[in-house]
Amino acid sequence: MSLAEFLKRRLVSKELDEEIDQIGKPIGSLGYDPWGYNNETLKIGYAVTREIYEKYFRVEVDGIDKIPAEGPVLIIANHSGQLPIDGLLIGFALASRENRPRIPRAMIERFFPTVPYLGNLLNQFGGVLGDPVNCAKMLANGEAIIVFPEGVRGSGKLYRDRYQLKRFGNGFMHLAMEHNATVVPVGVVGCEETIPAIANIKPLARMLGLPYFPLAAPVILPAKVHICVGDPMVFDNDDIPEEQVTTRVELVKAAVGEMIKKGLNQRKRLF
Amino acid sequence: MTTEKRPQILVTGAAGTLAQQVINQLRDTCDLVAVDFREQVWLGDDIPSYCIDFNKRVFEDLFRRFHFDGVIHLGRIMSSQETRLSRYNANVLGTQKLLDLSHKYNVQRVIILSTFHVYGAVPYNPAMIDEAAPLKAAGLTMDLVDSVELENLANIYLWRYPHLNITILRPCNIVGPGVRNAMSTLLSSERAPVLAGFSPMMQFIHIDDMADALVLAYRRNHKGIYNVAPSDWVAYQKALDLCGCKRVPILSIPPIVPRTLLRLLNLRRFPPYLMDFFKYPVIIDGRAFAREFGFQPKRSLDEIFHYYLENKHPV
Repeated sequence: MSLAEFLKRRLVSKELDEEIDQIGKPIGSLGYDPWGYNNETLKIGYAVTREIYEKYFRVEVDGIDKIPAEGPVLIIANHSGQLPIDGLLIGFALASRENRPRIPRAMIERFFPTVPYLGNLLNQFGGVLGDPVNCAKMLANGEAIIVFPEGVRGSGKLYRDRYQLKRFGNGFMHLAMEHNATVVPVGVVGCEETIPAIANIKPLARMLGLPYFPLAAPVILPAKVHICVGDPMVFDNDDIPEEQVTTRVELVKAAVGEMIKKGLNQRKRLF
Repeated sequence: MTTEKRPQILVTGAAGTLAQQVINQLRDTCDLVAVDFREQVWLGDDIPSYCIDFNKRVFEDLFRRFHFDGVIHLGRIMSSQETRLSRYNANVLGTQKLLDLSHKYNVQRVIILSTFHVYGAVPYNPAMIDEAAPLKAAGLTMDLVDSVELENLANIYLWRYPHLNITILRPCNIVGPGVRNAMSTLLSSERAPVLAGFSPMMQFIHIDDMADALVLAYRRNHKGIYNVAPSDWVAYQKALDLCGCKRVPILSIPPIVPRTLLRLLNLRRFPPYLMDFFKYPVIIDGRAFAREFGFQPKRSLDEIFHYYLENKHPV
């Protein structure tokens, strides 16, 4: 028996198995899609994440039903916490919602494909190399995609800069306009406290080929996480100058900021 | 009473299984001439077969004698064979000679078989690469330069001599009975090397489907460049499992370790210059070909892998 079969037998109940099969994804005859997503691995990941989501981070979600149940969607969120835990939690929140769940994809940093085991694992859970061509083709497939427009500027930020949004790239807005995708702003509160970093050791990061190397305790703290989902935003595909695209991006950034504020207000304690 | 003239077609690479499949599909409706630079193959009394180096002058005699209407160029030395120089001479200069003669003798249809390797395996490749994507292979390894050069050459002839109606096909991994390329040898072996922690997505096309694609491409005249791949995908290590291959992991980082090891071992089925294809996915989008030519592969991945599972060391 392979490790995957063993884990599936131990962790995945029959109900969960059927539940995920019912959500349905555009996959090939062996359960894979072109980006490496695998239905069977996802079931194991889903079962493990449920434990982490419910018991470790005790996630509270507000407004998850605002994410459309079908059609191309870009879920735009703030990025924090050194590791892509925020993406995992948003993904699980959407996949586990009662009313018409969806399995979203997440755009991941460009260095992940070069990391053995982890790169493949993220792909199998729905993570996709953060390339505009990938995003465009998935939107054309009608997928919901989690995007962190801050990129490594967000995930690598230090504890002292917590909940300060870094510059948003314009790429997601161009894709949303081109593919008529609904933009849903999301604020994640709590992930900043999971791996608080006090410094970035740049020479070590350069040496290892990593985008950053945080000076932090080698543990993931059980901070309580709040996810606040904002109202969907739709943008037309008019031929507008880049300046106006930036204005639209700023609108989304402000909406994400609002959601963070809402989450911070809801939060009663850090852990 | 007049009878319609049967098209006269030159098929290169006749000793290969793919060419023989194509010949079998076309022999009832076309007059065929088969050539190969490796060996002379007997294909029946109705098909003249020659062993000729394209760069020799006698090659032109074939064009003089047979007045070809079309050329299906499948005769390439695979990247795992011969030296770089002889591959360059045969694949690039030989193809140039073939295209020059096709132009000189008014050939009206040319099909050229390329490979998805021309895109190159880089970690930043998006999936579903379409035909307009840059060909990065030449920048990554000298061993694939001839594949990229062959394409560049075919492209130049495509726009310079539109009457040649050149169609270039870039298929994914061609596998199945009789196929002797690196991937097919790997799937048919008992043990196969894998780079620890890497299991890139791959695409496979059955040789019968590829032969169908070539015949379709010849019959429907749409010139241009097309990827040929089914809309089905599988991770490399899963494919090995399904073929009953035991996986032999090779330390994958730092990259110098597997590269040195593979150079030392020099395995034909896992050549060092293809190492990155076993590390990073190169997933191509075959939908344009399917749409333009009405192509639908008939053999599933299950069927392909089942063949390898049942036939260890088939070739």
